[in-house]
Amino acid sequence: MPEILSAKGVTFGYLKEDNELNIVLKNISLSIQEGELVAILGHNGSGKSTIAKHFNAILVPQEGKVTACGIDTKNEEEIYRIRQQVGMVFQNPDNQIVATIVEEDVAFGPENLGIAPAEIRRRVDEALKDVGMYEYKDHAPHQLSGGQKQRIAIAGIIAMRPRCIILDEPTAMLDPKGRREVLTTIRKLNKEHNITVVLITHYMEEAAQCDRVVVMNDGELLFDSTPRDVFSHVQILKEVGLDVPQTTELCHELRRAGINLPDDILTEEECVEALTSLLEGVR
Amino acid sequence: MIAIKTEQLTYTYSQGTPFEKTAVDHIDLEIEQGEFVGVIGHTGSGKSTLIQHFNGLLKPSFGRVLINGTDLWAPDTNIRDYRFKVGLVFQYPEYQLFEETVFKDIAFGPTNMGMNPEQIKESVYQACHFVGLKEKYLEKSPFELSGGQKRRVAIAGVLAMNPDILILDEPTAGLDPKGRERILGQIKEYHRARHTTVLLVSHSMEDIAKYARKVLVINQSKVAMYDDVAKVFSRAQEITEMGLSVPQITRVFMQLRERGFDVNESVYTMDYAKQEILRLLAEKGV
Repeated sequence: MPEILSAKGVTFGYLKEDNELNIVLKNISLSIQEGELVAILGHNGSGKSTIAKHFNAILVPQEGKVTACGIDTKNEEEIYRIRQQVGMVFQNPDNQIVATIVEEDVAFGPENLGIAPAEIRRRVDEALKDVGMYEYKDHAPHQLSGGQKQRIAIAGIIAMRPRCIILDEPTAMLDPKGRREVLTTIRKLNKEHNITVVLITHYMEEAAQCDRVVVMNDGELLFDSTPRDVFSHVQILKEVGLDVPQTTELCHELRRAGINLPDDILTEEECVEALTSLLEGVR
Repeated sequence: MIAIKTEQLTYTYSQGTPFEKTAVDHIDLEIEQGEFVGVIGHTGSGKSTLIQHFNGLLKPSFGRVLINGTDLWAPDTNIRDYRFKVGLVFQYPEYQLFEETVFKDIAFGPTNMGMNPEQIKESVYQACHFVGLKEKYLEKSPFELSGGQKRRVAIAGVLAMNPDILILDEPTAGLDPKGRERILGQIKEYHRARHTTVLLVSHSMEDIAKYARKVLVINQSKVAMYDDVAKVFSRAQEITEMGLSVPQITRVFMQLRERGFDVNESVYTMDYAKQEILRLLAEKGV
């Protein structure tokens, strides 16, 4: 798998009001390969959104180097090429919708890329089908639910045919059904269209559904591994303000009470199976 | 005593236009004084419209709202009093900060209530204490603070009015797990200390399960359920069909029950889950 996003020795800080430098990223190196589904976790202020904004050149590193699809993000002439290939979806769906009709909103990106009208038509229809919103193409976005609006925002990105999508807490404002819809859409785009996905989230169950989990803490990388491995560090995660899925936590708590259970339980099914064999073992 | 009562409460947006939509539909509800209620419902279910009636921000199209027995819209009711008695914290309240200093921002409500400077100061300090905001921040501009701190300031601004009823619309949206736990823990503590009636609107079923005692489920502009947490989450199927969910741990225990294990039908918190497994093991002599 070729590398699609790369950060090497990236340091970045914001200047505070009192002219003090607040270092948000401390010498971060991270490499994401094409086709991966990666979650980034971290407490508020850990630097996870800042690193994400580096990957489509909204921010450029003060030290170190970031490349997206092989292009150095400091190269201003290439910025539009980067943004076409690395799309970004933000937390609040209402801030990302620009048109009054769903299909026009999805067409906004490709129009700006100067694509021929017939091709735009084709891409918009395809993008709306991919996110399961085709039947809403003539609707007004403001009448849709949060989950639907967020899927429109995602459609707007994929109509630009990016190789990678970065989503910064796309489900934070959604109800449970909206969260399920968005997650299903993201996984489908990744598995069926091989689009690289970077998902920033505060929901541990969402991270558990990714292939790889990166944990940031105070501007540094704390973990970078499979969800199964990362979530086995229950204690450390809690110390840095995070959590683990409830299923993982229950098994961890029972182990602490001296019960013999595996230490890498992640999904609901695994938890049910482990508890079943535990309880059947003593029947 | 009943803190909040609605009788056939109905609210219709854009009445008499082609966009007419009934968001609250003949709701009868009674919430006891001192209750801690989790409010759930999918986007567009009508829950935000409903709660905006409790401090008179919206006037019913039909029906009545009574706070502590008083009809909010009766001719002799001074509705302004009830805006202080019922504190409403909106979603992303940090966008509503506006004063030069944190102190002034928190003091805005108490000042408008006509408290004297001493009372104002005391209310501000107490509110800060409840939300865990250090006094050194009081003279800073609220815009210098981090997102989590700003949210605390906004919540403190409502607590400083010492409301009888506290309503919070998604107070933890966008916060990390620790930040969520801290704010909800503080609200729970405030509830315990003041016996305030609390309504917590949230999309996190885990948070509702952990902090609320009763759950109000709003679906299609009506009350679908209003019951103890355990009873509500034991109806997982119906809840899921409404676009909501039950905590992950509850789903695990439902599957264990389907497999014939004698576990309680609504296990909804981590402690409860752990005790339930330990109990089963103990019964089998482990």
